[in-house]
Amino acid sequence: MSDAALPFLGGRAGAAASPRAPLLPMRARGLTLRRGGVAVVDRIDLDLGLRGCTAILGPNGAGKSLLLRLLHGLEPPEAGAVTWNGAPASREVTARQALVFQTPVLLRRSVGANLDFVLRARRRDRGLRAALLDRVGLGDKADRPARLLSGGEKQRLALARALATGPDVLFLDEPTASLDPGSVLMIERIVREEAERGTRLVIVTHDVAQARRLADDVVFLHRGRVIEHAPTDTFFAAPAAEAARDFLAGRIVL
Amino acid sequence: MAFSRIALVSTLALAAGAAVAQSDSILVQSTTSTANSGLYDYLLPAFESESGITVNVVAVGTGQAIENARNCDGDVLLVHAKPAEEAFVADGYGTARTDLMYNDFVIVGPQGDPAGIAGTEDAQAALSAIAEAEAPFASRGDDSGTHKKELSLWSGTEVDPASGSGAWYRETGSGMGATLNAGIGMGAYVMTDRATWISFENKQDYEIAVEGDEDLFNQYGVIPVSPEACPSVNAEGAQAFADWLVSEAGQDAIAAYEVDGQQLFFPNAPREGTDG
Amino acid sequence: MREATESLQDIAEALRLAVSLVLSGDADLVEIVVLSLRVSLTATAVACAIGLPLGALVAVARFPGRGTALVVMNALMGLPPVVVGLIVYLHLSRAGPLGFLGLLYTPTAMIVAQTILIAPIVAALSRQVLEDLHDEYAAQFRSLCLTRAQVVGALLWDGRYALMTVALAGFGRAVAEVGAVMIVGGNIDHLTRVMTTAIALETSKGALPMALALGIVLMALALGVNAAVHGLRASAVRHAYV
Repeated sequence: MSDAALPFLGGRAGAAASPRAPLLPMRARGLTLRRGGVAVVDRIDLDLGLRGCTAILGPNGAGKSLLLRLLHGLEPPEAGAVTWNGAPASREVTARQALVFQTPVLLRRSVGANLDFVLRARRRDRGLRAALLDRVGLGDKADRPARLLSGGEKQRLALARALATGPDVLFLDEPTASLDPGSVLMIERIVREEAERGTRLVIVTHDVAQARRLADDVVFLHRGRVIEHAPTDTFFAAPAAEAARDFLAGRIVL
Repeated sequence: MAFSRIALVSTLALAAGAAVAQSDSILVQSTTSTANSGLYDYLLPAFESESGITVNVVAVGTGQAIENARNCDGDVLLVHAKPAEEAFVADGYGTARTDLMYNDFVIVGPQGDPAGIAGTEDAQAALSAIAEAEAPFASRGDDSGTHKKELSLWSGTEVDPASGSGAWYRETGSGMGATLNAGIGMGAYVMTDRATWISFENKQDYEIAVEGDEDLFNQYGVIPVSPEACPSVNAEGAQAFADWLVSEAGQDAIAAYEVDGQQLFFPNAPREGTDG
Repeated sequence: MREATESLQDIAEALRLAVSLVLSGDADLVEIVVLSLRVSLTATAVACAIGLPLGALVAVARFPGRGTALVVMNALMGLPPVVVGLIVYLHLSRAGPLGFLGLLYTPTAMIVAQTILIAPIVAALSRQVLEDLHDEYAAQFRSLCLTRAQVVGALLWDGRYALMTVALAGFGRAVAEVGAVMIVGGNIDHLTRVMTTAIALETSKGALPMALALGIVLMALALGVNAAVHGLRASAVRHAYV
């Protein structure tokens, strides 16, 4: 899909035109974060390539969400560091990324005003609003109070808001957990479109089938550690780690 | 943004507020009895229509009124505590003090009359009897003209009321009306100026127990605040008001004011040409 | 027993007086009511203009001495009106540093005093409201890399209905206080007489039914303002904007 077909993602065209250095590849080394004395993220090394969609998979409590927040720069690690194309984590780096939270936090305003707020705050073209809303299927709900939307609609609005910042990297934390099938379909379609357009995607999920549908590579996390990082086909065909095999087989992994 | 609009509105409102006390007006720092008895409501319209000067009255105890005037927060002082008034003039805060009018103090008490003083004409004897019986007595206790008068009466007796303070001698630290309300509420004797008493509406079963003693005489005076001590005062307006009060027209108006058919204040300004 | 009956008669008399005062549109009453509203609403607006951004800033900022600032802010909520009145009097008096402004015994002086009285209330309560809201929004805002000004602006706007209740608390305190306006306003007829000082005056005249009648009108007024705000909030609740 060409840039011209998606004018509301002008950030990419802008990035190409500006001398801004590419954000990727990303290197994380020795990332550690303790909560209550327990290392919930434990000496994680991780590399993300230039393109594609990476799924972070693992049982509940494996540290997936926290890893995402560390990579996005929402909190500093206690040990280790993340570099983006050689540059250390910074506000500028975070600003070129977006994160869709598992539970969307929407402003106490209308659907459209939620987008207006981000477009204005990030000095983006306010005219992008209509196209963004159409893209997530909320074109006819611009004036509805955002917090009265259904769960799926809320998450779609959160995704539109993330896209409104024109991110180079898009993190998604369990974006479709317990949503209606229509919303799941729409969100997955947009994820694929973004990947094709060159946005780097990192999606946390515990939905094995979703990882298989969307991801180019899979990171399997268990007890705060990366147990396995492999191309999706390889991972699903022959998971190397025992915990990953148990997880894929549907057994309870503690 | 909405908040800057609120700020703007507030600023305008502040500016409008500042504009209010302009025009030709004077501020009288007054004792409460003249205000609470309704005298000003009766007097001021006549003066205002004649002179075109608006008169604003702050009614507080005599002590506070003098203090406010010393801070230059008033153009005219109208109180009833002659020694303090003379000190005010001597200290240079007032141009001159003129006797304006008088009424008298009375001691009011409950019908039961626990100290048995009803009908007494000797105020000091009555106070001694109240102390003897340890009957409750409500004092202003606020350094007002009435309070000063009361203390001067006690000083002529054998009794030091401070020794009964908190027991039978109760200092309310409030204005005349509040002290009457409190005194009546606890069945205490109260010394009050007659004007306040006559116009007071919450008398319940209280009656005048003591009246008629020369010692209970209550003289009011009027003093324009000195423009030398307080350059901000409206000296002309203040002098015009003071002059009018002691003029025949003003004195007649004071004499004509009645509540329930009773005259409250008796004008006694020096006749023209006789004052120094 | 007789006195108890009389007191009850006073209350009945007060109710009757209150109704007839309102129905007759008594000019003096209207003037007093309008001034009360003007003074207290203006004070509330100014207190909000100062207190809301301050409360929002303290809610989102982390700085050394923040704990102390919170304690001071909360303690100032209990400022005694009469002390505020005295302090303002000493400043605005002709003998005071701001005497040249000639503001003593004007509605402006009353607005200043009430603003000082309620700005801490607005700041402290809004800090609490906005800190709760910020807890909810903080991660999302950090992800969006908003500036502090953008965060404060968004919190104030999104908290607007909760903050209306905060403003109401301030207004309630302002319109009900007598200590400060009595000292700096002087209770001057047709100039600075408001509901509370009029009530104090009627009480000191022993005109208890009239004092109570004015009190009833004041309470009705407060009730009206509260109902209006409640109505606005109710519509906000329907939109999940609260």
